[in-house]
Amino acid sequence: MADSTSNGTLDGVPTLSQIFFTFLAIAISGFGGVMPWAHRMLVEKKGWLSHEKFAEDVALAQFLPGPNIINLSIVVGSRWRGPLGALVACVGLMIAPIVLMMIFGELYSRFGDASWLNGPLEGLSAWAVGLIVAMTAKLARPMFHSRRYMAIFFAAVAFVAVGFLRVPLWWALIALGPLSVAAFWWRLR
Amino acid sequence: MRDDSPINSFILLSLLLSFAAVGGVNAVIPELHRQVVEVNGWLNDRQFADMFAIANASPGPNMLIVTLIGHSLGGFSGAILATLALCTPTCLLTYAVGHLWERFKDAPWRIAVQAGLIPVTVGLIAASAYLLARAADHSVAAYALTLSTAAISYFTRLNPLWLMGVAAALGYGGFI
Repeated sequence: MADSTSNGTLDGVPTLSQIFFTFLAIAISGFGGVMPWAHRMLVEKKGWLSHEKFAEDVALAQFLPGPNIINLSIVVGSRWRGPLGALVACVGLMIAPIVLMMIFGELYSRFGDASWLNGPLEGLSAWAVGLIVAMTAKLARPMFHSRRYMAIFFAAVAFVAVGFLRVPLWWALIALGPLSVAAFWWRLR
Repeated sequence: MRDDSPINSFILLSLLLSFAAVGGVNAVIPELHRQVVEVNGWLNDRQFADMFAIANASPGPNMLIVTLIGHSLGGFSGAILATLALCTPTCLLTYAVGHLWERFKDAPWRIAVQAGLIPVTVGLIAASAYLLARAADHSVAAYALTLSTAAISYFTRLNPLWLMGVAAALGYGGFI
C-alpha cells in the first residue's frame, strides 16, 4: 500500500483494502463497544473523517434500525467506494468477531457446564450488565439535565411496558413510536 | 432440517428483529430474551446471561449474542445464517437511505422523527438493563458488582477491560 498523501491514501479516498483492514482493526480492538474505536481510527489516526462528519454519520447510523456500527460501516464505505466499499467495510468489521464467536460458542457448548467456569461467567455477566446500566444512564442524562419531561415520559412508558409488563417489542414500537414522534412534531411545529 | 426447528424459527426472529433494532441491538434484547427464554425455552436464563456476557467480553459489535445463540441452536451454519439475517436487511436499508439522508438533514419531519424515537429507544435499553440484571445477577454480591461497574464506567474513562478482569477474578474466587 503506497501512502503518498498526508491522510495515507492515493487520491484522498481510502482504497478497498485500506477500508477492509481498517474496519478489521476497529473490530478486533473494540472490547466493550466498537464505536469509540471507530472514532479513534477513522478520525484521529487515519484522518479520513472530520469530527463533525463522524458525528453526523453516527447520528444516521443510530437513527436507522440495525447494529449501529454496521450501519456506520455501510455509510462510510459506500461514500468512499460505492457498493463495493460498503460491502468491504461491513465484511472487514464482521469477519473476525464472527469466527471468534463460533470458537467461543463451541467452547461454551463443551465446557459451559464445567464448574470452574461458573464463577468467572457469573462475574462477567454481572460486569456486562453493569456496562449496559452505565450506557442507559449516559443516554438518559441529557433528558434529565435539560428537564425534557415529554422525552422522560415516553422513555418511562417504554421501560415499564417492555421491562415490567413484558409487552412484545412490536406492540411497544408500533404504539409508542408514532405517538412519540407525533408529540414531538406538535411540540416543534 | 424441519421448517419449525428452533434454528429456522430463530433465523426468522433475527430477520424481524433487524427492523426493530432502532437505536442498536441493545434495544431488542428484551424481545430476544422473551422469545428465546420465555416463549420458546430454547435457552434458560443462565445460558442467555452467559452468552450476553461472552458477546460483551469479546471484541466486536454487541450484536454477537445473536451469533452465539445461532451457534447453540444450529451449529456453524446456524451462527452464520442468524448473523446474516440480523444484518442484511438493515445494511440494504442503510445503503439506500444513507444517500438521501443529507438532503433531508434539516427537514422538520426528520427532526421530529429523531426526537421522538430517541426517548423510546432509551426506555427500551433501560428495559434491557433491568431484564439482564434479573437474568444475570443471582446474589447481592453480583448486584453490587453490576452497580460498581455501572458507576465506574459512568463517572470515569477507565478501560472496561480492567473491570472485566476484576469481575472474572472475583467470580473465579467464588465471591459472586
